[in-house]
Amino acid sequence: MSGQFVRIKKVTLGPKNREFSEKVEEISGETINLCDQCGTCSGSCPLIGEMDITSSQMMHMAQLGLEEVLDYKTFWICASCYTCSVRCPRGIDPAKVAEALRQIKLRKAIDYLDISKISEEDAKKLPQIALVAAFRKLTG
Amino acid sequence: MIRMPYFPGCTLKTNAKNYDQSIKAIFRELGIDLVELPRWNCCGAVFSLSSDDLLRQVAPITNLLRTQELEGTDSVDDPRLVVPCAMCFNVLKRANQRVRENPEDLKKINDFLYLEAQPYAGEVQIVHPIELLIEVSRAEIEDKVRRPLKGLRVSPYYGCNLLRPKEVAIDNPEDPSVLEKITEMLGAEVVENPNRLRCCGSYQTVVDQRLVGDLVYDIVKGASRGGADLLITACPLCAFNLDFRQSDASKSHSDHKELPILYFSELIALAFGMKNSFGGEHFVNPAPLMENFLKKEKGGI
Repeated sequence: MSGQFVRIKKVTLGPKNREFSEKVEEISGETINLCDQCGTCSGSCPLIGEMDITSSQMMHMAQLGLEEVLDYKTFWICASCYTCSVRCPRGIDPAKVAEALRQIKLRKAIDYLDISKISEEDAKKLPQIALVAAFRKLTG
Repeated sequence: MIRMPYFPGCTLKTNAKNYDQSIKAIFRELGIDLVELPRWNCCGAVFSLSSDDLLRQVAPITNLLRTQELEGTDSVDDPRLVVPCAMCFNVLKRANQRVRENPEDLKKINDFLYLEAQPYAGEVQIVHPIELLIEVSRAEIEDKVRRPLKGLRVSPYYGCNLLRPKEVAIDNPEDPSVLEKITEMLGAEVVENPNRLRCCGSYQTVVDQRLVGDLVYDIVKGASRGGADLLITACPLCAFNLDFRQSDASKSHSDHKELPILYFSELIALAFGMKNSFGGEHFVNPAPLMENFLKKEKGGI
């Protein structure tokens, strides 16, 4: 983890927060309020060292409907390995929550991957599944 | 010969021809003829996790419909669809599961596919070649081993898509053993790797090579610590990352020890006495290891 803890000071929740968390629930199909912040997802994540907030923090912000969660890159770094999905003791699939957050950005035409930045060497060498998967996950 | 429908997917036709060819060759040896599915299309590579976007399930379901269309024809004997690519396997199996559990979703997808001659009924079964090998008796496989891989130290690597989520897992998602069992049947020695289930970085390979190089470093190190000669995998994207991103692992980690990567089916082909290599591009060339192994074998170790 490169950054510090996210400081959430005195959160006042309003209708906008509810709207955001409901949107995440609708796209992911997950009941995010089931999360009790045990941290199993963060402890299991092979990419936690690359993320700016942990997956548990991502879940918490989604629960509270804090749209600022979209400013972090955690859900873009998630590679959908489903380790957290298999281990969550509350039966939630955090990978689906990350997908919902990606979708909220992508549906506003905000891409994470800039295709023009793929080097010529990589473009020739990369297998199609890598390219198709990255385009589907990281571009709209 | 038992004929079964076979879904190669895009990458087995290009970067992973060695996977495609070795899979077909070893099953022919075991009496199973893998017949390429007519008019197959891209599965989408990653399963769509959004519940509100059904259109993304149309591509995988179309492939299952193509499989269903073979029913009642004389083209296959066992109607289960064989899918070697771990990513395709995961996508097709999950899409199938979704429409089986949600008749409403299935109905909507069939509405999208209104130009098709028949609707998809949700009945097609998907099987991975590793599952198929476990079905074949151990004696039958061992009987085909003409060149036991005695002395070869193999580290099986599973990755994600064959084991997770548990609904599609071909084995225990936290403690699988199928690849180890197969490795032992071939006479090779299994090297335990604590990182055999860890993600290789998957499609992040397009965005950040350093990140994937770091993950690959840990995975390969897990194998080399146990004294492995090579790693085996069943996923063309894992194979690419584990092999080609070792150059990035070496850039960031001066102690990185390179190990060659093979598909499990190439190892079986080698043990079955087929030609040693099915080609394919490699960053870490497995040829010296293989030649050395064969030389030692001739010399009687």
